[in-house]
Amino acid sequence: MHLLPYLLAGLAFGFVMIKSEAASWYRIMEMFHFQSFHMFGIMASAIATGLVGVLLLKRFGRLLTLDGEPIVVPDKPPGRINYILGGLIFGLGWGVIGLCPGPIFSLVGMGSIGALVALAGALHGTWLYGLVKSRLPH
Amino acid sequence: MNTALAWLYAPWPWYVSGPLIGLMVPLMLWIGNRSFGISNNLRHMCAMTQPKSVGVDFFQYNWREQSWSLVFAGGAVLGGFLAGVVFANPNPVDLSVAALTMFSYWNVPIAGGFLPPVLFDLTWMGVIVMFLGGVLVGFGTRYASGCTSGHAITGLSTLQLQSLLAVLGIFSGGLFSAHFITPHLFLLFG
Repeated sequence: MHLLPYLLAGLAFGFVMIKSEAASWYRIMEMFHFQSFHMFGIMASAIATGLVGVLLLKRFGRLLTLDGEPIVVPDKPPGRINYILGGLIFGLGWGVIGLCPGPIFSLVGMGSIGALVALAGALHGTWLYGLVKSRLPH
Repeated sequence: MNTALAWLYAPWPWYVSGPLIGLMVPLMLWIGNRSFGISNNLRHMCAMTQPKSVGVDFFQYNWREQSWSLVFAGGAVLGGFLAGVVFANPNPVDLSVAALTMFSYWNVPIAGGFLPPVLFDLTWMGVIVMFLGGVLVGFGTRYASGCTSGHAITGLSTLQLQSLLAVLGIFSGGLFSAHFITPHLFLLFG
């Protein structure tokens, strides 16, 4: 497996998370209070770019992955209620700590103690989910 | 300082950073049919550290097959170091006047950096809030099978209904806590 492309892609992603200020607690609070277009502009232009990019990728049928396989967009696992409830729980946390997982990783790279604590919390939360998964509605 | 270098230090406007984030979706597909996202790594990290004797089913799988994802997260940490330390923006985040007014009401100082000092530093309030908030983020992302990257960006740009549900949930939850919980935290703890 070639891992270098993933390292470079991750590096670019982490770099943009910081440069876009999407990793800023202040920016997230500003977004949830509709006080600036900045974060909405990021989201909207990211989705538009992704949409066009994937369409182009599909249109050029001969285009293969680096490993020479045909490109297939992976589908999200089936479910309804888990997406809504999980999203709500995640959102409740996001609205307080102002960090979602991408920024948590890039802020850890900045040496942020707050982000390290958030990462420790997120790992415990993930563990807790694994523990009670079978008892939750999905 | 020449312009190219100045551009590396400065924050990027939404119309530069947004499309770059969006490009991650076709890029990850092109690299190896991967769905762009990062929160699965929290699960992989749990699987890596799970002692054999504990055996929670959710973490019983060969995480080594997902090493591409862990490498991606490692890259994100490195990218954060480059953008936030090596090419650090020397100025505080350029917030709107409305936001600056709100933060002064909340009793939150605007310092350099991305988190308010009271959350950034190793204070009691910082540790409790960031940890509990992190628990919600970790629990919720796994319950919803993804976070902002996997749902709002990848899921919406590939037109997946499940992701729309997740995004509606995420935004509702965030609106609630950002309006009714977070403002009071700072007043409580001073």
